[in-house]
Amino acid sequence: MRRKGVNYSKYGYIFTLPFVLAFLVFSLYPIIYTAVIGFTNMQGIIPKPLQILDNPFQNFKDLIFDNASFRKSLVNTGLLWITNFIPQIILALLLTAWFTNKRLNIKGQGAFKVLLYMPNIITASTIAVLFSTLFAYPMGPVNSLFQSLGWTDAPVFFLQDKTTARGIVSFIQFWMWYGNTMIILIAGVMGINPALFESAAIDGANGWQTFFRITLPSLRTILLYTLITSMIGGLTMFDIPQLFLLGGPDDATLTTSMFIYGQAFKGSYLYNRAAAASMILFIIAAVLSGILFYLMRDRDAAKLKKTQKQLRKSARAAAKVEV
Amino acid sequence: MEKIKEGSAINLKINRTIIYIVCILLALLSILPFWIMFVNATRSTAEIQSGLSLLPSTHFMSNLQVLLEKSFDPIQGFLNSFIVSASATILTVYFSSLTAYGLVAYNWKMRQPFFTFIMCVMLIPAQASAIGFYQFIYKLHWTNNFLPLILPAIAAPAVVFFMRQYLLATLSLEIVEAARVDGSGEFKTFNRIILPLMMPAVATQAIFAFVANWNNLFMPLILLTQKEKYTMPIMVSLLRGDIYKTEFGSIYMGLALTALPLFVVYFLLSRYIIAGVALGGVKE
Repeated sequence: MRRKGVNYSKYGYIFTLPFVLAFLVFSLYPIIYTAVIGFTNMQGIIPKPLQILDNPFQNFKDLIFDNASFRKSLVNTGLLWITNFIPQIILALLLTAWFTNKRLNIKGQGAFKVLLYMPNIITASTIAVLFSTLFAYPMGPVNSLFQSLGWTDAPVFFLQDKTTARGIVSFIQFWMWYGNTMIILIAGVMGINPALFESAAIDGANGWQTFFRITLPSLRTILLYTLITSMIGGLTMFDIPQLFLLGGPDDATLTTSMFIYGQAFKGSYLYNRAAAASMILFIIAAVLSGILFYLMRDRDAAKLKKTQKQLRKSARAAAKVEV
Repeated sequence: MEKIKEGSAINLKINRTIIYIVCILLALLSILPFWIMFVNATRSTAEIQSGLSLLPSTHFMSNLQVLLEKSFDPIQGFLNSFIVSASATILTVYFSSLTAYGLVAYNWKMRQPFFTFIMCVMLIPAQASAIGFYQFIYKLHWTNNFLPLILPAIAAPAVVFFMRQYLLATLSLEIVEAARVDGSGEFKTFNRIILPLMMPAVATQAIFAFVANWNNLFMPLILLTQKEKYTMPIMVSLLRGDIYKTEFGSIYMGLALTALPLFVVYFLLSRYIIAGVALGGVKE
């Protein structure tokens, strides 16, 4: 019987083999290949044998110290992510607080969830082109609206102004993702032990106190999960800025992913530079998620220890009472 | 005491009204851009230029005609997107379920390290490996081929993670034992017994995998250069080009056509999609 049990363990390897093979061929090998290209002089449309540069880190050095466009793309990526993530998380938290408040008892939550999540499911490319058409100059729907409301006298060339263009890209990202974040946070609140809320109510905590003292701390893990996924998504932001303004005006909406794409695939064939930029992006993503993971694990372990301690304490107290 | 109660009741009413107004405004904000898109798809360029309207007009057919006369081929794009998304989805859900089952049902030495490894690679963005991937595919002469867009779907770490959580919560090893006693082979047990049991999770993940593949722009944009291979998102970028510069009616028509299938899917499956989003977050 035991020998049979041992025998089955080989199926663990067999069943996971396709995953491992596909990962090695289509993920790991390309990543290593990208890293290697980053150290070479690989340029031009005709493939040449790989040749490592005399100074292997030349591409990286050039990018970080001499390439204004790349540095700008990093700044833009960070800026566009922060300016859409902060309002997104605030609005999502606010809606979560409203929707999960039993006293407020908001009706039609299902319909609101469906509508607020809707932009997330529609192709980002379609949304990007749609918004660039909505903000068209001199006559587009937004211009018509502003004029008929009397907000502006003459048509506004929204997409020529750097700040406005960045603002619209941030807004689109915000608009596409806050519904998603909200649903995740609501699910998180539903998972909190109801006894916590009950005891808060008995202690006379008001809505805000309950939210900041009970709901928010309990959501810590889920907030960090949202932060990590949003951060990786933000670092690789491509579809919206690429199709909304092609990086313009004056590279104000050029993100790092667009920089990589532009260097390699838009006629300049600078594969080595693009590869080095990819590696920098990869390292940033790895370091940032490493930091966040570390924070998450540490706190969880600490929390676990704390609850165990409390449990032991209360058990002891209970034992004492019984005696 | 009475007064305080009354006051808080009024407060509650005011709060509730504000909340409903905000939610309705947000819902309108979600609807309005798409509403304008669908309405403008039926209006002539002259009408669109002359101002905003929320009511459809009568130029549906002429817009469609102008759109199709140029290089925009929505049926081809739809088919291409469908082939890529459907194949990738099938591979993703089947092999992720298989991998997750391998992780849960069998006790093997590398099980824990392998799971840790999946956790680590879950967050690697596609952009990080794009250049190497392109060079690799180029050497295989696989550019302008759907295979490099489909085959990588076999390894989907996030889906494996989700499926593993599902199996841990639902799989009873007694069923597996019983199947063994009945002489069912391990693969047969998985295909005939386990996979049907996993259907709720498979369906949820299939929806998300399909939508993600359908909406993917970066990889197809790099790999597909022939027009007849374009997927929907690349085709959308054609609408931004010079050929439609002043034909606003047909631009909206093109956008509406690319968005329509997703709206249909969304309103048919919204309940499962919302539930799936909620599940995705509670990953503990």
